[in-house]
Amino acid sequence: MLDPVVGFFLLGLIARLGRSDLRIPEALYEALSIYLLLAIGLKGGLQLAQQPLAQVWPVAAAAMLWSALIPLLLIPVLRVLVRLDGINAPAVAAHYGSVSVVTFAVAQGAVLARGWEPAPWLALLVALMEAPGLVVGVVLARRALNESRGAPPQSWGQVLHEVFFGKAIVLLTGGLLIGWMFGPKAFEPLDPLFSGLFKGVLALFMLELGLVVAQRLPQLRRAGLRLVSFAIAAPLCLGLVGAWLGMLLGLPMSGMVIFATLSASASYIAAPTALRMAVPQADPALSIGAALGVTFPFNVLVGIPIYMAWAEWLMS
Amino acid sequence: MTAVSTPERHARKLLTVIAEAVLERVLIEDCLRLGALGYTVLDVRGGGPGGERQGQWEAERSIEMQVVCTDEVAQTIASHVLKTHAPDYAVRIFLSDVTVFRQAMF
Repeated sequence: MLDPVVGFFLLGLIARLGRSDLRIPEALYEALSIYLLLAIGLKGGLQLAQQPLAQVWPVAAAAMLWSALIPLLLIPVLRVLVRLDGINAPAVAAHYGSVSVVTFAVAQGAVLARGWEPAPWLALLVALMEAPGLVVGVVLARRALNESRGAPPQSWGQVLHEVFFGKAIVLLTGGLLIGWMFGPKAFEPLDPLFSGLFKGVLALFMLELGLVVAQRLPQLRRAGLRLVSFAIAAPLCLGLVGAWLGMLLGLPMSGMVIFATLSASASYIAAPTALRMAVPQADPALSIGAALGVTFPFNVLVGIPIYMAWAEWLMS
Repeated sequence: MTAVSTPERHARKLLTVIAEAVLERVLIEDCLRLGALGYTVLDVRGGGPGGERQGQWEAERSIEMQVVCTDEVAQTIASHVLKTHAPDYAVRIFLSDVTVFRQAMF
């Protein structure tokens, strides 16, 4: 069953397609995204404070390795099957190597709604899986750029700053550290804001994403059928492998679904900005069209229910 | 009746750069390094032959940077921006004449 927040996403989609004048003010969008990133980080940190570290670190290390590996697996597919050039293939792959925070939140909601025992400390993985794949993709894209057109305009210092000090990583990691350091008891007064309101804020953010995705749809024509097919097949394959990896790592069923969703999701907050800075010659319409225009709706509408059924099947 | 003295007026250039928001920090550094004494940055949205930038989310934001400076500094900044950033990013740049009162500020 779909989460009600998905309904808000569809509402945004329909509103924009119907040329409604609905527009979420930029300042509100910014505030909502800051809240979501921080709240997810905090929740993960609070759960982490109650978790034995010996149980956490193997999963954390495996998650980082896996997310660095994802672009390496996807680049040959993008080069050969989607026929992207040497710069755009790693640029698109970098988006898939990183993760989507909102897709994670939707998956968490879906798992909870199913009544499965939640594994909220997995929010740690959102922070950990945000950067490795992104960095691998960026390094490969810049190398291709160097070979074909000479040195890119922005220095490595500027690029790494954009990757590691972009708001997504700062807020997720900051929230995790604050939650972990202060623990659940100290956090009780903040709970109504960061837990109580979470779902409502997520719903508003999904409305905005619906508007943004609908606006991106015309660009998909430029992306072509091959890339659109990739944007559906890649998350599906990565999600199925992700759930299986989650099982090998000893995660509960809910954790397998979260791991699958993180593997399958593609970044559209941290990655596009970092890529724009690092490899401006890459066409953002391709990567954003695929990540936000296809993969995000695919995951929230179809992918997450599939990963849940797959996790159930694996466990049975 | 006391006479109000008219402040002295000086000719300067207003250099306007409209660009992708990801360039904001780089553009500010460039301008200050190339001789501008100050700058103003606004969040903007708009469209042109290259498509629309509605500023709905991170990857789509645009800024307008305004720099009031001498003709020479404006030329230097404009040449640099056109050479370094304009080939790869969405950048529009134009120059206009303005009159300032306190010339030491510009």
